[in-house]
Amino acid sequence: MEKHIMGATRRDMLLAGMAGLGAALIKIEPAAATPESMKKAIRQVVGEATVRTGRVTIDVPTLVENGNTVALAIEVESPMTKENYVKAIHVFNEKNPLPNVISAHLGPRAGRARISTRFRLADTQTIVAVAELSDGSFWSASADVIVTLAACLESLD
Amino acid sequence: MARALINVPQKVKSGQVIEIKTLISHIMETGFRHDNVGKPIPRNIITTFVARYNGEEIFRADLFPAIAANPFLSFHTVATESGTIEFEWTGDNGFHETGSAKITVE
Repeated sequence: MEKHIMGATRRDMLLAGMAGLGAALIKIEPAAATPESMKKAIRQVVGEATVRTGRVTIDVPTLVENGNTVALAIEVESPMTKENYVKAIHVFNEKNPLPNVISAHLGPRAGRARISTRFRLADTQTIVAVAELSDGSFWSASADVIVTLAACLESLD
Repeated sequence: MARALINVPQKVKSGQVIEIKTLISHIMETGFRHDNVGKPIPRNIITTFVARYNGEEIFRADLFPAIAANPFLSFHTVATESGTIEFEWTGDNGFHETGSAKITVE
């Protein structure tokens, strides 16, 4: 009987410890971007315009081992002529501390609307790329990325 | 003095679409991390990158803390004439770095 109580007590303590650890983890996490703040950041770029899906291709690995550097390439289907070209490419994320990743401005002179860079991912999340075309329309694509080792949140040793 | 690597094809045909790759050494400190005594580490990132082809702006990018350390960027342009492509990086704490590459168009 007493053993049972002891076991229960120990389990309670373990649970309490885990809860405490959980609370501590939540506490040290900085104010992160959320799907809502990403939507807000996208709104700031596109304004009142509607964003349609298509024309944009995101080239990013689906499974990332190290979130500190992730290769990213965005390509937009466009003839890139003086009348019809891609003005800008914006990339957003939903779970890094800030929703913005990069805003690239190009013109008809680019010849090809493709950019690439390396970025950080703090968590498994969805990446959104929005392209602004010369006719004022906005096109987007999204990609899901699974991250094993997150960036940004670790402290220095 | 930050080290910048620039990759531009040296000899190209007129009207050809070329890829330009750049890499610069920079810590890209996000401003969201803390040191071992819990003090926040201030943000130190490159905020803007500009490329000019014989003085004309061909590409510009606004960078955010989500860009990885030693920012790598690649983009495209149409080779129109021989000359120089200039690159400029600006950032926090008065960071400013330039680089250039010669291009010959046949």
